[in-house]
Amino acid sequence: MTSEATQKIEEDKQGNPLDLVLDFCAVIGAGILNFFAAVGRLADFTFRSVSHCFRAPFYPSQLMRQLIDIGYYSLPVVGMTALFTGMVLALQSYTGFSRFNAEGAVAGVVVLSITRELSPVLAGLMVAGRVGASIAAEIGTMRVTEQIDALRTLSVNPFKYLIAPRVIAATVTLPILVLIGDVIGVYGGYIVSIYSLGFSPAGYLTQTWDTVTNVDIMSGLWKAGSFGFIVSIMGCYHGFNSARGAQGVGAATTNAVVSSSILILIFNYLITQIFFS
Amino acid sequence: MSKKSDTKSDEGEQKIILKQVSKSFGDNHVLNSLDLSVPAGKSLVVIGGSGTGKSVLLKCVLGLMTPDSGSILIDGKESIGVDPKARTEFMKKFGMLFQGGALFDSLKIWENVAFGLIHGQGMDKNQAREIAVEKISAVGLRPEVADLYPAEVSGGMQKRVGLARAVASKPEITFFDEPTTGLDPIMADVINDLIVEQVKGLGATALSITHDMASARKIADHVAMIYEGKIIWKGEVGDLDHSGNEYVDQFIHGRADGPITRRVA
Repeated sequence: MTSEATQKIEEDKQGNPLDLVLDFCAVIGAGILNFFAAVGRLADFTFRSVSHCFRAPFYPSQLMRQLIDIGYYSLPVVGMTALFTGMVLALQSYTGFSRFNAEGAVAGVVVLSITRELSPVLAGLMVAGRVGASIAAEIGTMRVTEQIDALRTLSVNPFKYLIAPRVIAATVTLPILVLIGDVIGVYGGYIVSIYSLGFSPAGYLTQTWDTVTNVDIMSGLWKAGSFGFIVSIMGCYHGFNSARGAQGVGAATTNAVVSSSILILIFNYLITQIFFS
Repeated sequence: MSKKSDTKSDEGEQKIILKQVSKSFGDNHVLNSLDLSVPAGKSLVVIGGSGTGKSVLLKCVLGLMTPDSGSILIDGKESIGVDPKARTEFMKKFGMLFQGGALFDSLKIWENVAFGLIHGQGMDKNQAREIAVEKISAVGLRPEVADLYPAEVSGGMQKRVGLARAVASKPEITFFDEPTTGLDPIMADVINDLIVEQVKGLGATALSITHDMASARKIADHVAMIYEGKIIWKGEVGDLDHSGNEYVDQFIHGRADGPITRRVA
C-alpha cells in the first residue's frame, strides 16, 4: 500500500471537518422539520376537534359524563388548592407588608392575585395533572386495544364521540371551577387574616370588594376557558396518537401533562399581556 | 421458486375486489401490488404467517388504513379516497370481530352489542337492547350477561360478545381478525361454529384472516395465502391439501423447513 493511500485512510478515519459540519446541520435541520411537522399535526387535530364540536351528530350522554368527570370530580382538588393558596398568600403578604406598615393592602393583594393569576393557573395545572393524564391514558388505551378502530367500524366518528365531548366539557367547566376557586381562595385569605392576623371582618371584606374589578375576574375566567381547552386537546391528541403497548400509553400520558402544563404557562403570559398591558 | 397466483374467480358477483393494492411503512413494503376478490355470500380466509400483511390487508379493506396505491371495490364501488359520508355508507355494510374483542370497557355488554344499532343506525335504545339480548343468546351466552361489564367476563365470552356485536346490525360483509387466537381448542371450535352459523344465517360475505388452520378449514369456502405482500395461492378450502404450492404445503403442515424462511434475531 502506498503512503498516499495510507494517509487518505487515516484522514477518513478522523473524519472530514466539512462532513462533520454537514452532519451537524442535518441533525439540526431534521429536528426543525420534525418540530414543524408536529406543530402541523397538532394544528390539524385541533381544527378537526373544534369543527366536530359544532357538527351533528352530538352525544349528550357522553358530554354529561365528561362534565361530571372533569368538572364535578375536579372540584375538591381545585377547592383545596385555592383555599391553601389564599391562606398562604395572606400570611406571606402580611409578613412582607408589615415591614412598610402596609398591612391594609393584604386583602387587595389576596383578591387580585387569586382572581387574576393563582386561581386559573393553579386550577389549570391541577386539572392538567388529573384530567389531562386521565384523558390521554383512557384514549391511549382505547387506541392500543383497537377500540377506536371498533368505533369506526360501527359507523361512529371518534372525533365526535370521544374528543368533542371532552373538549366542550373541559372548556366549559374550568371557568366554573375557577370562579368557585376564586371564592374559596379569597375565603382562605379571609380566615387567616381574621383569625390569625387580627383584621376586622368588615374592613377586610370592604377592601376586597373595593379592590376587585370585573376585568380581574373576567381575565381569570378567559384564562380558565383557554386552559381547559388546552388540557383537553393535549390529552386527546397524545392519547389518540399513542404508540403501541403500555410504554406508549405511559409516554402519551406524560407528554399530555408536560405539554399542557407548559402551554398553560405560555398562554397565561399571553392572555395577561392582552388584558393588562 | 414457483409461486402460483390465481386471484380470479369464475363464481358470480364479486363483493370485494382488490386490484394492485400496495402499502408500505418506510422501507417495509407490507402489501405489494396485491390482487384479491371475495365472491358475494362466500367466506374467504386469508392465511399467512405473522408479519406477512394480513392485518394491514384487512384494515385497508375496512378503510382504517389508506393504501399507497391500487383500488378496492366494494359492490363495484371504489372505496379509497371517498368523502366521510360515502365512507359511513360503506361502514354500514361492515361488521368486524377484532382479535382482542375491542369491547368498550366503560359500557355494559348489551350496550356494546347494541352500540352500532343505537349510534350508527339511530335505533331506539329499548328496541336495540332487545336485539342485543337476542344476539347475546344466539352466541350461547346467558341473557344475565347483558348487564355485566366486559372486564367481568372471560376471554372466550368476550370473543362471543365481539361476535354478537359484529353481526348485530346484520352486515352484508363481516370481517374476522384472528377469531380464535388466545382461546383453548374447544372454545376456538365453539367460536368457529358460531361464525359459520351467524355468517351463513345472515347470508353475508365474510373475509377472515388467521394462522389457525383448524379455524380456516372450518369457516372458509375459499382460502388465499399471503406471502411477502402478495396472494401466492387461492383456491377452494377442499383443495388446500393438494394445492401444488410448496409455500402453502409448508404453512398448513407447520414445517420449519421449506421455502418460507424466518429470520431469528
